[in-house]
Amino acid sequence: MRFSGAADCESSCADIISTVEFNYSGDLLATGDKGGRVVIFQREQELHVSLQNKSRPHSRGEYNVYSTFQSHEPEFDYLKSLEIEEKINKIRWLPQQNAAHFLLSTNDKTIKLWKISERDKRAEGYNLKDEDGRLRDPFRITALRVPVLKPMDLMVEASPRRVFANAHTYHVNSISVNSDHETYLSADDLRINLWHLEITDRSFNIVDIKPANMEELTEVITAAEFHPRQCNVFVYSSSKGTVRLCDMRSSALCDRHSKFFEEPEDPSSRSFFSEIISSISDVKFSHSGRYMMTRDYLSVKVWDLNMESRPVETHQVHEYLRSKLCSLYENDCIFDKFECCWNGSDSAIMTGSYNNFFRMFDRNTRRDVTLEASRENSKPRASLKPRKTGVGYPCGVHDASAFSEKTSLCVLEGTAQKASSISVNQGSVGDEVRVVGAQTEESLGSSIFVAAIAQEQ
Amino acid sequence: MFARGLKRKCADGEEDGEGALAALRAAPSYSLQRQSLLDMSLVKLQLCHMLVEPNLCRSVLIANTVRQIQEEMTQDGTWRVTAPQTVGRAPLDRLVSTEILCRSAREAEPPGPGLGDGHAPDMVSELCVVPSAQALQSPQSSVWEVDSPRENRGSFPKSLDQIFETLDSKTPGAVEELFSDVDSSYYDLDAVLTGMVGGAKSGHSDTLDALASAPAPPPSSSCKDLGELDHVVEILVET
Repeated sequence: MRFSGAADCESSCADIISTVEFNYSGDLLATGDKGGRVVIFQREQELHVSLQNKSRPHSRGEYNVYSTFQSHEPEFDYLKSLEIEEKINKIRWLPQQNAAHFLLSTNDKTIKLWKISERDKRAEGYNLKDEDGRLRDPFRITALRVPVLKPMDLMVEASPRRVFANAHTYHVNSISVNSDHETYLSADDLRINLWHLEITDRSFNIVDIKPANMEELTEVITAAEFHPRQCNVFVYSSSKGTVRLCDMRSSALCDRHSKFFEEPEDPSSRSFFSEIISSISDVKFSHSGRYMMTRDYLSVKVWDLNMESRPVETHQVHEYLRSKLCSLYENDCIFDKFECCWNGSDSAIMTGSYNNFFRMFDRNTRRDVTLEASRENSKPRASLKPRKTGVGYPCGVHDASAFSEKTSLCVLEGTAQKASSISVNQGSVGDEVRVVGAQTEESLGSSIFVAAIAQEQ
Repeated sequence: MFARGLKRKCADGEEDGEGALAALRAAPSYSLQRQSLLDMSLVKLQLCHMLVEPNLCRSVLIANTVRQIQEEMTQDGTWRVTAPQTVGRAPLDRLVSTEILCRSAREAEPPGPGLGDGHAPDMVSELCVVPSAQALQSPQSSVWEVDSPRENRGSFPKSLDQIFETLDSKTPGAVEELFSDVDSSYYDLDAVLTGMVGGAKSGHSDTLDALASAPAPPPSSSCKDLGELDHVVEILVET
């Protein structure tokens, strides 16, 4: 499936979305792309709120562009003769404390704190300069006046407030804001650093798994996250399918974990690919902080933090690929990384797959749904035909919205019981377009799923 | 093991009756598949190393896979050093070995660690551990600098050889020789094809015999021997 639009390969390559993230309220959606750009969407405000329909207040899932800015530029590391990609690897919002919004965005090496603020007033009637900015001749000023604030067209400004650089030798794969709202961690393949949001020239190294002899390297860090409530606890996942939970109170360098989560291997299904498919690509705490979810190549697992021996739930995402591991190894697909996420009430989890599919698992009803995301046949606020895809149950239909061609983003709206799909497109394994990331946000009884579709050239 | 559940790509599409090849195709043994997987993995690692900035996670996973195969082969006793003459097999066989890897499960033996390779030990010894022909076809525009300071490769573990030095502990000598064979022979093949690589290892020029063509690759700009340069120009002009 190809997207219409940019015929120029360079511009469309740079448009590939590499990360998506809702803010805490779900009103803002940030996307980062390969070209180092961040585009923020804002949910359209409901003008008419039905007061009668309290049982199911409905919020429209239409998002419009709010702000666009260039977060990172390509850099050149002269010491290693390497170009540092400007591709945004991760975006994380900070909790909102005033009228402005703050987010962290990172490429392979540098993390930046951006402030996004609105300006809808401007001052008129300056004494020393004209309306067009020219300085007035002091001798011509005969009276003083107080400038008056007048409304203006809304302008959204983004400004870099902090640049946290030079702390990572390897590629940054995760950032996570702490619940204390003052610190955050950044993780690369071998190290995790702790930062204070106010301090840019120093960071604390809290995990270091680099062996003294690089020849002995057998495991790398794949993802890391702070606990949503306990500001001293964080987890990190590895390429060997393990998760380590660390408590920063125990020691300054958290090389020794407090908890170690690993599912024992099933000897009957062991193969040369076992380790590769067990490599965890994403780890996410539930909102409650009681559970965490890990995504490996074929499945999503939910763990109870109190039980390290095995997960409490395992959901197969695309089990049909298990028999094709050899081919997937050959064409490198077996190394693809998928993300996962929880909905607001932790009752459902969602993750991406191939062929524009993403899978949602309802933990209460034990049902799973396969959604297919496609830009075709999707008009704003259009009602779409239900689509039965794969295993699951018939989908109800709600509104859906699609975005501009540049961003290749689509929003699906539904509830935990009913989910909507916006496509009738077929794909096949190895197709160009894949779901890169998925987010879900629970809002007033409905869930909004957003899928970012990456186009492979 | 990994052969379980594999499906044919297309029914009866493989039969082209090419003598010994057909015989090989009829029964892709576990050891054959394992060998192909090893070849493929080595190629991937080498290609990985060619990249300006290799993906560390991917490299580590592939290296671990290779180590796993090597451990199992050591247990089986099938881990042997290939004699130089066996390297001169037709490239077509190497093509077959990779293709066979992904073929039907019903022809594959049920796997198991430590399973004796009773069905085809001779095939294993005859197979050369040279990267599959797929590697020959991949376009290599980057220069393989043998003496390049590998520290400049950034985060990636220093070199292929160094990665596999860890495997040395199991079968010292054999592994080194095995992989050094692979390393430089690949390099030499690449040199022949692209004509861009410098600093040929003279000791392994016999690996090129099977491929005919130019006996020595043209040196890179860092080569100091002008005599070699003349020789190479001669060859280029001839071809």
